Order: sequence, then structure tokens, then C-alpha cells
Amino acid sequence: METILSLKNLTKKYGALTAVDQLSFTIEKGNVYGILGPNGSGKSTTLGMVLNVVNKTSGNFSWFDGSTDTHEALKKVGAIIEHPNFYPYMTAAQNLALVCKIKAVPKNKIDEKLEIVGLLDRKDSKFRTFSLGMKQRLAIASALLNDPKILILDEPTNGLDPQGIHQIREIIRKIAAGGTTILLASHLLDEVEKVCSHVVIIRKGKKLYSGPVDAINASHGFFKLQAADLQRLQQLLKEHPGIDKVSEKDDVVTAILKEPMAAETINEYLFEKGLSLSYLVKRKESLEEQFLQLTNQNPTA
Amino acid sequence: MLRLLEIEYHKLRYSRSAKILTLTYFILITFIALIASVEFNFGSVNFRVADQGIFNFPYIWHFNTYIASLLKLFLAIVIVSMMSNEYTNRTLKQNLIDGLSKKEFIASKFLTVIVFSLISTVFLFIVSLILGLSFSDFTEASIIFSDMEYMIGYFINLTGFFALCMFLGILIKRSAFALGFLFIWWIIESIIYGLLKWQVFRGTNIADQISRFFPLESMGNLIKEPFTRLTAVQAAATQIGSKIDKDYGIHWDQLLIVLLWTAIFVFLSYKLLQKRDL
Repeated sequence: METILSLKNLTKKYGALTAVDQLSFTIEKGNVYGILGPNGSGKSTTLGMVLNVVNKTSGNFSWFDGSTDTHEALKKVGAIIEHPNFYPYMTAAQNLALVCKIKAVPKNKIDEKLEIVGLLDRKDSKFRTFSLGMKQRLAIASALLNDPKILILDEPTNGLDPQGIHQIREIIRKIAAGGTTILLASHLLDEVEKVCSHVVIIRKGKKLYSGPVDAINASHGFFKLQAADLQRLQQLLKEHPGIDKVSEKDDVVTAILKEPMAAETINEYLFEKGLSLSYLVKRKESLEEQFLQLTNQNPTA
Repeated sequence: MLRLLEIEYHKLRYSRSAKILTLTYFILITFIALIASVEFNFGSVNFRVADQGIFNFPYIWHFNTYIASLLKLFLAIVIVSMMSNEYTNRTLKQNLIDGLSKKEFIASKFLTVIVFSLISTVFLFIVSLILGLSFSDFTEASIIFSDMEYMIGYFINLTGFFALCMFLGILIKRSAFALGFLFIWWIIESIIYGLLKWQVFRGTNIADQISRFFPLESMGNLIKEPFTRLTAVQAAATQIGSKIDKDYGIHWDQLLIVLLWTAIFVFLSYKLLQKRDL
């Protein structure tokens, strides 16, 4: 596996506030990564540090196994941070030509990349006349100019209307399908769930989880049950080898599964023991519930 | 190095306000020629400025560099806004993300400052040469090309002043406030000078010795006012019984002070950029 970016104990302090706390993770080639966390959890600060615009307080990061300077490495990276930043008085094509000069790449890809984001017909319009969605798409085109080894997107759909969000996600999916490594920061779960293969979840600058998206989704779900005799129900459930934890709230018993099990199986088991249920439903935790669970609990737990 | 200049040229060439201001600046320099046509009539006495020898070689070098250096404020606006616009448009952040290093960013701006100063100097040289050749009483090559140090003084004056503007643009991040601050800076220098001169070191010239190290004062001292050097003015002074005894030359120690300030401003700009989170 080729390592594109690795962070080691990266920390950023703003006075007394620790925005990013001892963060470590690695980005391998070919995957789509998501950095997931609520607003203000340190996502943008983390990206800012590896992109040379925010000074780190301590720790390290290295691009491409540390073989080049950060600013040289960034020429092989495409990145968009929050707002699309361009010169308002220049046209789309002029802005991209400037990026080509900075990245030291030939200008012949400008039209091709504008085509990908659907802005080719507006290439000679001034940037200040663009809508937010168009600005964001131009930013993606600009990030693609050097055929980057990794594309970094920070909240790419923030502030867009549903149509704009859809367009951007389609573009991201297309780019990901082409084999480009992507690092996407977002506070939107379904965005990460839909687009990413791996996820790093952070809260208050601390890493809570990192690994494949499927793995946090790997739980086998849970049952919600009700019966006349709640005491006995709980006791029977605890005795069952396929059940991990049992809890009760508002007269509803929740049983978390240790292994895959059908609702019929548990119903038969309880009926054999002489207990009939008045309510039984099997649910799988959504990523959202897990995310909320992860971010609400103490990170050391 | 060429790449850095190209980047900055690309940023400036599409900006309408930068183009208009730069053009105005160069047109105003050529307007020095208009002084030639100024005429006064005191009753029956006809007074033509062009006849007073202001366009005589080598005096013209002194006179034109002095007048032209007053016009540098137009270009200063361009310099300040080319720095602070990078903050207001947040394009500085994008430049860095795109792979420009902070050092390269400052280098591209400072190189532009040098190019602006160089073009101004060459342009002024040509304008003065043409004016001189048309009006000067002396046109021998040895006289024409004497006192060339005024051109060097002019170049250093511009570079130093623009380096200060560049620093203020980065420090303040807003063009209007940065230009306002430049004005305040000038007032502060004047106040400190006034305090030193009339309070602390009253009756001595220690205040002048100190103030020539101030940034703006040291730049202003490079080229001293040329008016009292005119024969007509000197003659008038002699008639009313006072003698103007002044050193109008360009001094290497003054040049050195300004160069030192230039280096300090560029270095501070870089340090400021390096320290700041964007």
C-alpha cells in the first residue's frame, strides 16, 4: 500500500483551547476517506495544518512518505477548503490558468476539467457572477487541474441547495470511480456513508474511531420487545447465548445481538419457555445512531 | 524567479483598478513636461518656468526624481491592495493550498515591487532625457550623464517605500486601513521628530541625527527638495541677505539606511505570514 498522508500526534492549540488533540491516522492510496465530526470538532483545522495554512502546535505529518517539502507535495494535491477562493475580477478560465502557473502544470487541461464540472460554457464569465454552486464546482475543477494524487474536500456541499448538493456528490462519485484517493471532511453522516469507504470520526479534536465505514456498521442489530412479565422476559433474554446486552426503558426491553439472528428464532425460543410477546421488532442501528453514540460518549470509554 | 513574477503579473493584468492606477501613474510622470509650459505674468515681467533652468542637465535629474517621487503614492495604492486583496479574497489561503510556499509568496510580491521601481526609474530616465535634450542649455554627454546617482536614489526610494506598503498591506489586511495607517505612521514620525527637536534636544541637531533613521524620513532624505538650488532662488536669497547652504547630494549612508529598512520590511512581512494562521 502506498501511503499518501500520515499524521502523528498532530496537535493545534489556540490559547487554552485545544482544537486538535494528538490526532494520528494514515491515508492510503486508492481509498475514499471521510473525516466525520460535528461542527467545531477540528476537521478544518486538521486539514489546514496538513495544507500549510495553519501552523501546528506539536506533532508531525508527512506527505508521500516525507520525501518532499510540504509546498512541493501540495502541487500533487488538489484541495478545497470551505469557501471557494478565487480572484473575483478574473474569469473562470483566467483563474484556472493562474492555478496552473502556481502548480507548474500545463494549461491544456483547463477545458477538460471545466467540462467535468459542467462549467465549460461559462469559462469566460467573471468569477464574481457565479452562484455558490458554480463557485464550488469551479473549485473542484481547479483542484483537479494537476490530476492530483489525492483530492481533499472540506464540507463541499455546505450551503448548497439540494440540486447543488446532488451535482457535487455526483462529481465526487465520478472522480472516486476513476481511482483518485479522496479525503472528505463533513459533518453530514449520509454524505460520508454514501461516498466514503473509510472514516475517521473526531470530536473535540480527539479521534474516536478510524477504520472502514462498514466496520462501524457491523453490529447485528437489536430487538425491541414487550411482554406482560418484563422481569421474566429480561431474565430469559439474558440466558440466551446469542444476546449480548439487555436493557429496559419505558416498559420496552432492548436486546443487543451478539450474532445474526432472525426475529422468528427469538420468538420461538421465548414461546418454548412459556412467554408470549406483545411486541417484537428487529432493528439495525443506523450509522447516525452510532455516530451520535460515538460522539456523545466519553472518548476514552 | 520568472515563474513568481509571471504569477503576480497574471494577478495584476486582469485587475481593472490596478491597470488604471498604474497607467495614471505613468501618465502623471510624463506630465512633468507640462511644467515647462507654466508661465507667470507679474505685470510687465514675464516669467517662464522652463527658462529658469529646471530642465538643464544635470539639475534635471535632481528636479525630476524629486517631483516623480511625490507621485509614488499612486503606485503605493496598487501595492497595498495587491497585498491586502489576497486576504480579503482569501486567495492567499488558496495560493498556499495550491502549492505556493510562504517564502515564494513574499518573493513574488517583492519581485513585483522591484520591477515596478525599475520600470518607473527607466521610464523617468527616458522622460527626463527627452525633456533635457529639448530644453537644456548644455547637451554634452559628460554633463548629461553626470549626477546619475539621483536615479539610483529614486530607485531605492521607491523600493523602500513600496516594501513598507507591502508590509502594511500584510499587517493590516485591508487596503483602505493600510493606506490610512501609512498616513498615521507619517504623523507619528513627525510628532516624534517634533518632540525630540523642540522638547528633548532643544537647540541642538541631535533630533535631526536621530530622525534620519526613521523609515519615512530616511526615504524622504534621499532626494532633497531641489527648489532652493535654482539659480533664481539662490540669487533672491543672496539679495535679502541670507545664504542657502545646503547639501543636495545623495549620500551612501542614507541609501544604506533605506536598504536596511527595505530588508526589515520584507523580513517582517515573511515572519508575519509565517506566524499567522489563515
